[in-house]
Amino acid sequence: MKILTMPSFGADMAVGTIVKWNVKPGDHVSKGDIIASIETMKGLIDMEVFDDGIIVTLLAGEGDELEIGYPIAELQLKHEEDSHSNSEHIVESVDPHSLEVGSNIAVSQEVAGHSSDSQDVVGKVSRVPTDAEEKSSDSLNTLRPKISPAARSKAQQLGIDWRQLPQGTGPDGALLLGDINIADKPASHRVKDPSDMMRNAIAATVSRSKREIPHYYLQLDMVLDKTINWLSHHNVDLPPSKRILSNAVIYSAIARALTAFPAFNGFYHDGHYQPSEAVHLGNAISLRQGGLMVVAIHDAQRLGLAELMEKIKDQVNRARNGGLRMSEMQDATVTVSNLGDRGSDTIQSIIFPPQVAIIGIGRPRTVPWVIDDKVTSATIISMSLAADHRVSDGHSGARLLNKINTLLQTPERLV
Amino acid sequence: MNNHLSLKDYKSLKDLVCKLILDIAPEADVQGLDPNEEFREELDLDSMDFMTLLDSIEKETGVNVPERDYVKVNSLQSLTEYIATRK
Repeated sequence: MKILTMPSFGADMAVGTIVKWNVKPGDHVSKGDIIASIETMKGLIDMEVFDDGIIVTLLAGEGDELEIGYPIAELQLKHEEDSHSNSEHIVESVDPHSLEVGSNIAVSQEVAGHSSDSQDVVGKVSRVPTDAEEKSSDSLNTLRPKISPAARSKAQQLGIDWRQLPQGTGPDGALLLGDINIADKPASHRVKDPSDMMRNAIAATVSRSKREIPHYYLQLDMVLDKTINWLSHHNVDLPPSKRILSNAVIYSAIARALTAFPAFNGFYHDGHYQPSEAVHLGNAISLRQGGLMVVAIHDAQRLGLAELMEKIKDQVNRARNGGLRMSEMQDATVTVSNLGDRGSDTIQSIIFPPQVAIIGIGRPRTVPWVIDDKVTSATIISMSLAADHRVSDGHSGARLLNKINTLLQTPERLV
Repeated sequence: MNNHLSLKDYKSLKDLVCKLILDIAPEADVQGLDPNEEFREELDLDSMDFMTLLDSIEKETGVNVPERDYVKVNSLQSLTEYIATRK
């Protein structure tokens, strides 16, 4: 049995709200299926499942706002289904109408009361099915009023005695977070503004980064004329929808260069660095309403320029209008921060933990440039690298930037 | 402005361009925009937004703005006239 938890869509996210379940207990799911829509401060994200199996129970209701790591559903894995007949029994015992949500929430809130460590909670809650089998949900119902873990925690935080509240809106009258928020009317002015939430989350991430990661910074000016000339030739007869922007060429050069520099592409966890073979290039997309999100372009090192361009366009569109997938929010192994063609000349960025490097791209600008002892005009970009000194040194960082520069001088090879 | 284009036609074309801009940048103050200002700067449209705008203009009007003509369509006024003369 696997407990699915409220996913994190990036280090700068604290809570999510289940807006819609696309599955119900008993449904078969396959890896990659979208099982729920989660509202976050970054918009509506599609939550995928990463295993084949059967949804056994939903532990949280639509509208519940939960901290990341909180159990939201139980999944019986396919191999369990094949080998353990007793697991099947659990599935069959689930009454899809009552969802068993009440009883499981009641148990999990008991566990949650003893521990604030979400990992710990997940571990203990995985025993829930056994408990639920042993006791009928009716006996649990009579034992104590029901409340979701998030609601209980919120009630405690607000000093509300939830046992005195009328029945909630959850299954069998369980109190959900929304019920507590309604009960807390005098504090309605404290309703969180999404942009405040995003700002707070960004603040938490960058503060952690600056506290924990010993950054070092490098910068290299790169002549972009070869890329620009090649693109204007390539785009000349193409309709706008097929044109390639210099961003795509630059991202491609970065992704391909990174394959030879694993010390800049991976995750640093608990004192240990794990490089990634694939370059899941995180594109920092600024949102029009303020704030930003990092969206992973999976296997960017393998994409041709046209594919990469399509991907960037599609992701910018979905970042602003909803519909990003969970994997796109979680998988970035390195980030690119690009202020666009009307931004500033340079940007020195802050690494997104647990990543170990971030590359900043300034706007293209025309400057006097010396080629073959002659001053000429050139369009350049300043590319910066901020990297984690626990994992790499400036010498290899400089080699990475020089490699990217070399690739930008032969854009036709990136097609 | 193109002699063949009535004020009414120009107005409706300009409204269409404004609508397409709002599809990309819903918060943009297109009403308060000086039609002769550089609108990409004013409305904070990056190169990707601009290409998306040109894509939707092409789909709506059939007018394709090639890259070499980007300098001719800097303002709302010049972009509208550009489309009007090629429609």
